[in-house]
Amino acid sequence: MSTSVNLSKYSFTGGEQADPIEDLSRLPSEDQQRLVYAGIDVNDTNVGGAFMQLNHAGVHCHSQQEGLEIMGIQQALQQFDGLPNYYWKLLSPDKDEFTKMAQQHLNGGYFIRARKGVKVQKPVQSCMFIKGQGAGQSIHNIVVVEEGAEMHILGGCSSAHNAKETAHLGITEYYVEKGGKLTFTMIHNWNESTAVRPRSCGVIEEGGVFCNNYILLNRVDNLQMYPTLRLNGRGAVARFNSIIVTPTGSHVDSGNRLELNAPDTRGEIISRTLTTGGTIINRGCITASALPAKGHLECKGLILGGGHIHAIPELETHLAGVELSHEAAVGKIAQEEIEYLMARGLDEDEATSTIVRGFLNVDIMGLPQQLKKAIDKQINALNSGNVM
Amino acid sequence: MLTIKNLHVSVGDTPVLKGIDLHIAPGETFILFGPNGSGKTTLLMTLMGFSGYTVTKGSIIFKGQDITYAPMYERARLGLGMSFQRPPTIHGLPTGHLVTMCDRKGGVDVPALAKRVHFDQFLDRDVNAGFSGGEIKRSELLQLMAQQPDMVLFDEPESGVDLENMTMVGNTVRFLLDGMPGNCGCPRCSKVPSDLTYKQARRTGGLIITHTGHILEYVRADRGQVMYNGKLCCEDNPRRILDHIARHGYQECLRCLTGGKFAQLTEAPLV
Repeated sequence: MSTSVNLSKYSFTGGEQADPIEDLSRLPSEDQQRLVYAGIDVNDTNVGGAFMQLNHAGVHCHSQQEGLEIMGIQQALQQFDGLPNYYWKLLSPDKDEFTKMAQQHLNGGYFIRARKGVKVQKPVQSCMFIKGQGAGQSIHNIVVVEEGAEMHILGGCSSAHNAKETAHLGITEYYVEKGGKLTFTMIHNWNESTAVRPRSCGVIEEGGVFCNNYILLNRVDNLQMYPTLRLNGRGAVARFNSIIVTPTGSHVDSGNRLELNAPDTRGEIISRTLTTGGTIINRGCITASALPAKGHLECKGLILGGGHIHAIPELETHLAGVELSHEAAVGKIAQEEIEYLMARGLDEDEATSTIVRGFLNVDIMGLPQQLKKAIDKQINALNSGNVM
Repeated sequence: MLTIKNLHVSVGDTPVLKGIDLHIAPGETFILFGPNGSGKTTLLMTLMGFSGYTVTKGSIIFKGQDITYAPMYERARLGLGMSFQRPPTIHGLPTGHLVTMCDRKGGVDVPALAKRVHFDQFLDRDVNAGFSGGEIKRSELLQLMAQQPDMVLFDEPESGVDLENMTMVGNTVRFLLDGMPGNCGCPRCSKVPSDLTYKQARRTGGLIITHTGHILEYVRADRGQVMYNGKLCCEDNPRRILDHIARHGYQECLRCLTGGKFAQLTEAPLV
């Protein structure tokens, strides 16, 4: 495990012309299994649309609703004259070596847009999958919710069960336009040799709402990210919910940043971290530069057995009238809570996993039932590993 | 049902219970009085098996099994239940979910039970999160009704309950002990409990700690005793004990436990 990534170790080319996979349920069953835990319904039922990328090629793409556009980023760049309003508008390729790489070797990614006033009824699922040895995936995603439109995207990112020494670099730019509503739920399902460097930024215009959920329950070699949302329009609302678990061997440095740049904006960052032996650096920052503005940051961490948690909450403003607050807590499960449940007949393992499920609080994300079940199963499995 | 033999318990290095002998028959309700710090709560916590309460001597037999050192969940599954006075908050766990988990036998109609204790509006709320004293009591009672224990330990069931809720809490405690549907006395409940019917169905044993004795107006208490300085004394009808404490305080108990020496000591300077 190391906290830096040597990009020269990975191959960012090859297989760009892969054949399309029309039916995800025809994927090898071990791949399907990995995708389920990344929140992907391989039967494509009950979805508003889907996009899947395998290493360097988009292989699966469809939309089930008029006014919902889903396509590979290269196609979108071609079709919409280089997407001048959206492409590299919120992030700069010069930010770091990973953004540079993403610009130089564009392997793919998606363009998903809900057109003005279109309310996408069912979740759109998007998936980034890495297979093989030494594969590096460098993608650029753009999500646009136009005026008054609504959309929920379930984004699963996963490596294959036997993938080794892989890297995932992902640029994502989100645009929530006037009165639009976007819920974006990202589920990561990597393995012990994956290095992950997402770079994301979003902008929310007047009256827009963006709820960004993030779930990481499995081991990853090292992951570093710090997505930012800019609330630029009056009355914009944004929320980050994160659930991060680090088993032994995981190194995760994850933060969320909210910029309250317009009057009447509200933002919330809620993170729940749990280590069973790995390291979590849990950052959060809310800045306010307009009045009135209201922000709350909550980072809570549980240590089960071993591991390291470093919580760094930050609030920043030069305006006296803003309401910014934070609460941070790190500790172990209270014996009192375990015994309370044991007095009702739950054994120690059941009591512990019940409290952990409550602590991680997946319910607030409003996920589809099938996905919630898969997540609960994984949380319960933490227990059988005798980490609690 | 429950037999406690020569029980000595320490909390930390401090001996708190100093030789408790007690037998509670099936279906019997036993009332425990005593001043603050006398060891009443320690007895309940030890019976339920909480950590931090070390049995140094003696034994606890429940339904024929020695549970002196059994883990808490085994005691609970064997049929021992407890109502907590200050239960912890569990974030992210809806109360309704916990009530369902309490029902290990299965088949309890949780929403209907919740209605009984006027708790149906609270099932989605996290366990004990921001609950008032009365809400905590109702939540505890609801969990116990789902658990259906054979013996219930109550630590001051009337504390923190306002007068309006006391009738409902009292009747629900009686329901737990007697197994008969009572009502709370409010307009939402229609059935009126009959003393004739509830006596027939009696099954559950109870051990109740009380300071005020309000609960005695609702439950059919069989016997009572006073805990004083880690020992039990003065067995009698609970109402008579309460009456006596109200008039004389616990001084009499000290005299009783010290074999009359207390009276001599206090009287000596007067001579």
